[in-house]
Amino acid sequence: MVKVVLWGSVRAAAGGAETVEVEAKNVRQILDRIGELHPGFKDRYDEGVTVSIDGQIYVDDWFQPVTEDSEVYLLPYLEGG
Amino acid sequence: MSQIHVSTTLNGDPVEYLCEPDETLLDVLRDRLGLTGSKEGCGSGDCGACSVTVDGRLVCSCLVLGAEAQDREIETIEGVAQGENLHPLQQKILDHAALQCGVCTPGFIVAAKALLERNPDPSETEVRYWLAGNLCRCTGYDKIVRAVMDAAQEMRGA
Amino acid sequence: MLDKTKDPVAERDFKVVGTRPVRPDGVDKVTGRARFGADISAPGMLVGKVKRSPHAHAKLVSIDTEKALALPGVKAVVTRDDFAENKKQCDVLRNIMAREKVLYDGHAVAAVAATSATVARKALKLIEVEYDVLPHVIDVDEAMKPGAPLLHDDMITKGVDPEPETASNIAQRYEFGHGDVEKGFAEADVVVERDFKTAAAHQGYIEPHACLASFTPDGQGELWCCTQGHYAIRGFCADLLGMDISKLRVTASEIGGGFGGKTTVFLEPLALALSRKTGRPVKMVMSREEVFRASGPTASTSSRVKVGATKDGKITAGEAEFRYQGGAFKGSPVQFGAMCAFACYALENVKTVGYDVVTNRPKQAAYRAPGAPMAAFAVESVIEELAVELSIDPVELRLINAAEEGDQSSFGPTFPRIGLVETLEATKAHEHFSAPLGPNQGRGIASGYWFNFGGATSVSLNIQPDGTVALAVGTPDIGGSRASMSLMAAEELGIAYEKVKAIVADTASLGYNEVSHGSRVTFASGLATIEAARNAKKILCARAAKMWEIPEEAVEWVDGHARPAGANAGDFEPMSLADIAKVAEQTGGPISGHQEHNASGAGASFATHMVDVEVDPETGRAHVVRYTAVQDAGKAIHPSYVEGQFQGGAAQGVGWALNEEYIYNDDGRLENPGFLDYRIPVCSDLPMLDTVIVEVPNPGHPYGVRGVGETGIVPPMAAIANAVSAAAGVRMTELPMSPPKLLKAINAKKANGSA
Ligand code: FES
Ligand code: FES
Repeated sequence: MVKVVLWGSVRAAAGGAETVEVEAKNVRQILDRIGELHPGFKDRYDEGVTVSIDGQIYVDDWFQPVTEDSEVYLLPYLEGG
Repeated sequence: MSQIHVSTTLNGDPVEYLCEPDETLLDVLRDRLGLTGSKEGCGSGDCGACSVTVDGRLVCSCLVLGAEAQDREIETIEGVAQGENLHPLQQKILDHAALQCGVCTPGFIVAAKALLERNPDPSETEVRYWLAGNLCRCTGYDKIVRAVMDAAQEMRGA
Repeated sequence: MLDKTKDPVAERDFKVVGTRPVRPDGVDKVTGRARFGADISAPGMLVGKVKRSPHAHAKLVSIDTEKALALPGVKAVVTRDDFAENKKQCDVLRNIMAREKVLYDGHAVAAVAATSATVARKALKLIEVEYDVLPHVIDVDEAMKPGAPLLHDDMITKGVDPEPETASNIAQRYEFGHGDVEKGFAEADVVVERDFKTAAAHQGYIEPHACLASFTPDGQGELWCCTQGHYAIRGFCADLLGMDISKLRVTASEIGGGFGGKTTVFLEPLALALSRKTGRPVKMVMSREEVFRASGPTASTSSRVKVGATKDGKITAGEAEFRYQGGAFKGSPVQFGAMCAFACYALENVKTVGYDVVTNRPKQAAYRAPGAPMAAFAVESVIEELAVELSIDPVELRLINAAEEGDQSSFGPTFPRIGLVETLEATKAHEHFSAPLGPNQGRGIASGYWFNFGGATSVSLNIQPDGTVALAVGTPDIGGSRASMSLMAAEELGIAYEKVKAIVADTASLGYNEVSHGSRVTFASGLATIEAARNAKKILCARAAKMWEIPEEAVEWVDGHARPAGANAGDFEPMSLADIAKVAEQTGGPISGHQEHNASGAGASFATHMVDVEVDPETGRAHVVRYTAVQDAGKAIHPSYVEGQFQGGAAQGVGWALNEEYIYNDDGRLENPGFLDYRIPVCSDLPMLDTVIVEVPNPGHPYGVRGVGETGIVPPMAAIANAVSAAAGVRMTELPMSPPKLLKAINAKKANGSA
């Protein structure tokens, strides 16, 4: 099981949970599992999502691998200037 | 409204054109003569991107009418380099990386050239006040001022 | 996890990277040859102009174009009726052309194409628009009050539980943080709490928006425009016009500044629609007034920040509430502000709340580190006050609490290798730090953070028969990036910088490229360039292997040459890139390397700025007399352009801190839509801007690069506010600190007789 911390607005989209534990090997599986648990999450995920894995930030990158030891944060979609 | 016929000298060459009575010199240069090196940043005399000289005097071409160029000598950014040879100001701006987007650069070069023709040895403060009519949003002016001072020095030495 | 001890990047010896050659587009830019958005024309071209709302808020009852169309020379008018409803781009659509309502002064209501600018202007006057004027709201705090004029009847605040039953101007509430702030404040010896306000500032690029659109009867479109992302523009336009993406080809002109403001569409879909209607090319250029009234400034904000610390300077809790209005549509950068606010500090207890608010102003557009500067202004001002109260040097206080590798960031994840401490140390070591101050002068310091993104990137690197290299990137060059790309390609291939020529390719020539934003260009396009060069090297080695009739693995690439390696070492004379390129056709065909990826591994960049300000107590004028910007660049590819980014950020920060603001009258009209009254810093306002490039390599990039474009605007406002406050003896909590405001504060202090 991978522990995923939901952050900021992502949390609201997933029913307010701070963390979820899901069976997943990559980012897409994480998103799919959370989507199954919280139907409202799907919209957010379609808008784009940023994932931090061990401090490294990935924007919309489905197949980044995760392991049980990974620190995983789901963050709002990031945009700059 | 009939157009006005104008004969003038542009970067050393004789030029003739027709323009509307209310058409600015900047529009004439850009839209009629195809010289798009002078830029329009504001159209109100506040940014200096359209700087040219008229009979050696630095002006904002957005505030001059095309008709006023009759029998004058107009110099634009396109006339600053001599063939293959860049003007020292142009070279120093490149060497100092004194441009980022470069849209303000023609105006700065024309304005700085006018300064150095009057004052070959300006202080930093003199450079800053002379160029205060030229806006640059990218560089913070630091490298531009350095490039102008450096060009001045080289031109004095030469 | 990352290993600090083995740092291959820092060890690397660079040959070309880190030098300061002249940029490839340099000569064009100093001779006036470079072609920007408004510098192109086409045969038979029409001029397009936009009719804009004079009202801040009104129902759009009717638009009558008949008289305008009857004017000789007018070829077409487009209004809301020419664009189909679009659920996905609902707000973008309504921003480029008002539909049910006009939502701000300057909102587009119609556009006309005519044979000349004069005719087009006349036609605008002949378009009759009937408005039903509604009450409006401009200020963020006013807009949040119950009973405020509503912009959107269906805006139900998201992110609140339970969901509100009635509509408001609050689009969303965000919350970030960890730990327990109440407990943290209970542990504090000193707590400072303050309210802050910042005005809306415009990106202020000198080149107004401009484009040339041409649409042929077979449904193909071409668009030339100044933009930070021509692929994104293509996507928006194709969607709004209902056409296939592949039928629209967008070429990015040279761009005269963007800073985030040229990442979306304004004129482009209108020009395409007009061209479609007329069958002729249509050129549109905004006036400066239009740029101010209708393109994006950044958000104006109000906030409250509370920080507690122990006597020895350990911050025990940080809490903040941010309220950002982002104009007429949702999407202010408040969540980034809330995320970045405390990013400089390793905090056990931190909580930030953000409100995204709509008002009757133009839709905000991204502006350099969107959302972060306003939050940093508030937080770093409070940190300074804390330092004064605790009698701890402000740099020391920051060092005590500075975030480092392994700390949990205020926005969640654990920080990888970052360089905040290094910027603080470099600040302390700088001669400026201990230089004496003159009368009425004060010194201020502040730090700042901004994220860094990767994103979709495509690059193609073609080796020419003479051994030179053509490098095509798809990220518009907004500050010398073609030079950086060429440097990286040259470094990787082991050839001279002069042998590489980088260009920005159009949307038909390369795969997708995300917008040049989020400080991503040098990082992401650079990474793709390096990978593309590596792919080309593989092919170059394979060709040499063929010629030598040895296995491919037995060839290595060293210093710009293919060399036999291993058992075959020394068997053949090394072949240069040019040698192999010359016979490319005979050995299998043209050689090129390319890379398409979603770049990851972007490293964050921290900065610390130090500034001396002199305040004239008679007039309230604050003048910056000395400035030093210190920032972590990871690895500076072209140091001059890195310095330029620091300096540009600092200068924009000076403007935002001291002068720049959107001023509205009681009718909700913008009072200062020009450079005379919206005053950006001029040459005589500024001193030299010293820079220190700190290089703490980003472990996610082969050369250690971090994006540097945005962080530089995060610390200045706070640093300047701290300096002004020290010089004038009054704490300034509102931007801009313009002379009247500062004078008022100074006089109020005098009147109070406090020391
Ligand atoms: S365009 Fe002439 S001064 Fe700005
Ligand atoms: S270099 Fe961009 S405005 Fe000066």
